[in-house]
Amino acid sequence: MTPAPGDEARALVASIGRWDGRPLTFMEVCGTHTMAAARAGLRSLLPPKVRLVSGPGCPVCVTPVGYVDHAIALAARPEITLVTFGDLVRVPGSRRDLEAPAPTLARAKARGADVRVAYSPLEALAIARAEPAREVVFLGVGFETTAPTIAAVVIAAAAEGLANVSVLGAHKTMPEAMALLAASSELTIDGFLCPGHVSIVTGPEVYAPLADRFHKPCVIAGFEPVEILRGVDALVRQAAAGRAFVENAYPGAVRAGGNPRARAVQDEVFEPCDASWRGLGVIPGSGLAMRDRFARFDAARRFDVRLPAPREPRGCRCGDVLRGAIDPTECALFGTSCTPDTPDGACMVSGEGSCAARWQNLEIGP
Amino acid sequence: MILMGHGSGGRLSQELIAKHFLPKLGNGVLAELGDSAVIGDLALTTDAYVVSPRFFPGGDLGRLAVCGTVNDLAMVGARPIGLTAAFILEEGLALDELDRIVASMAEAAREAGVEIVAGDTKVVARGAADGVFITTSGVGRLVGDFRPAPRRAAAGDAVLVSGTIGDHGVAVMSCRKGIPLEGAFASDVAPIGALVEALRAARVEVHALRDPTRGGVAQSLLEIAHAAGVRVSIDERAIPVKPAVRAACELLGFDPLYVANEGKRVAFVPEADADRAIAALRGHPLGARATRIGTATAGDPGCDLVTPLGARRSLRMASGELLPRIC
Repeated sequence: MTPAPGDEARALVASIGRWDGRPLTFMEVCGTHTMAAARAGLRSLLPPKVRLVSGPGCPVCVTPVGYVDHAIALAARPEITLVTFGDLVRVPGSRRDLEAPAPTLARAKARGADVRVAYSPLEALAIARAEPAREVVFLGVGFETTAPTIAAVVIAAAAEGLANVSVLGAHKTMPEAMALLAASSELTIDGFLCPGHVSIVTGPEVYAPLADRFHKPCVIAGFEPVEILRGVDALVRQAAAGRAFVENAYPGAVRAGGNPRARAVQDEVFEPCDASWRGLGVIPGSGLAMRDRFARFDAARRFDVRLPAPREPRGCRCGDVLRGAIDPTECALFGTSCTPDTPDGACMVSGEGSCAARWQNLEIGP
Repeated sequence: MILMGHGSGGRLSQELIAKHFLPKLGNGVLAELGDSAVIGDLALTTDAYVVSPRFFPGGDLGRLAVCGTVNDLAMVGARPIGLTAAFILEEGLALDELDRIVASMAEAAREAGVEIVAGDTKVVARGAADGVFITTSGVGRLVGDFRPAPRRAAAGDAVLVSGTIGDHGVAVMSCRKGIPLEGAFASDVAPIGALVEALRAARVEVHALRDPTRGGVAQSLLEIAHAAGVRVSIDERAIPVKPAVRAACELLGFDPLYVANEGKRVAFVPEADADRAIAALRGHPLGARATRIGTATAGDPGCDLVTPLGARRSLRMASGELLPRIC
């Protein structure tokens, strides 16, 4: 008989709790994992010797502040309709000289800028078709999960001959960032809880170098609390055995080879480029740039915007949080000046951000 | 500058009231910040309705405008005497749409056993409003010594909800353009005075009632906890959520505890009355899934949630702009 989820979860908590070897730190790199773990209160159920830290898995959080400045500058242009996922509208830009406490797209919208929140990039296409006199710019942030959809939008726009839609892109790919963190001496990561959604597109194979070159156990996990626990348990087992391999603990969704069709669509529009990550700096080959033949759909090339060099907010330690170098609660701004209503840094804005997830779901022990 | 987040019903809304309204308008009655003001044995409340879209599965703007206001009266234990309705109409609104909304108001008022006895209409230029906004006010009478109030919640009280949570917010979201939700959702918008009458008839000593609209059940529990100075502990497994609503919330990244309801209420009753209260609620179709979700205890004001895995976390007020124009 299949055990009830609650029974399996309790058994997994007990199994992980029996670990009595060296302290282990595992990193998840997916905003959905961050949020699910915080809501379930997983952290407080793990034994002191097994730590689950959040890495750079929240797309809005890893997007550098200069991108936010760029988006706000575009929104200020009267001909532009800016279409964005909801999280981005509350992320503070760096131009605090212009506006107190800090400019955001939400404030730009309140002053009359045409900023529209969408749940899918397809909405940008619909707006561009319906309002041909507007320049529609979609804010394309995200990982391997959203890049194919954005690419499909660009391909559709090109096929239709739509001349008034473009994407301000800041897409990133996860394996390069994970490799950087695996090689880091700042924080010893004993294994990765690999992102379920990203892996559906990439397939498990992309994590092989992390296991082979850096000897880091890698386990792909789903998003139910019990699935996350299965992932952590599998990581502990690999670590205990001194082994490091890629294990797919989300087999219902993630298949060998991933989704080649989605990747083909992505490759048609994008090519790898160096990308700047908040907290991690520029990581070679970790971004996606629009290929030259789609240049007219690239808002960064389509509109001439000049901005002063961005400055991170004073005292904000989002970068350290995103590297897993500190716990969100170790930032002096956490819960004092920086709350979800008055965020200083991006990690406190998105529900998937480490700081917001922690603030909203403060664990107080079992 | 007003941001959309000021309309969330969460912390920013509270700050707006505390900083910009109470200092100039503050008085003893207003300071209670209850669902309705209580003056002698009269209850008085007012609410503006701007829901988008105006027609959603399970209801519409008109039904919402009546139910929201009679429910606010019910939450202080008052029986409605009469409602008023003010309409802000945008130039260009189709008259048959207005007719449907008004018909829906009439039907909801009949269900609630109240009449709309005064009204006003104003028309604004196209673009100065979105179709139609409705403000309703209600007057009710308190009967006997039945006086639930958030500050009366006490340590030891059982915490009850009258049914599944999150239905309204998800139903409204499901018909917004571009939101990839599929499923049969229906708002729970309904007048729930009958549920309060059921508690009264069963001689339940109701300490506190709240209808968990914007900000959801979490916001209501936190408001009662702070008003009464109690710590509420709830069991996540006990909270009734329809599977489709739970799935939709997961997809959108919402916690059902923070999603709006329009036909539910949270009740704090003494432990000794808890079973009787649940039986009384379940005797009414609107309370068929009434259940206990937790207990009030002595301690720092706040609300803790025990997760299905047995971890304990502390709930916070909603922040930001979860679902704009939900009511």
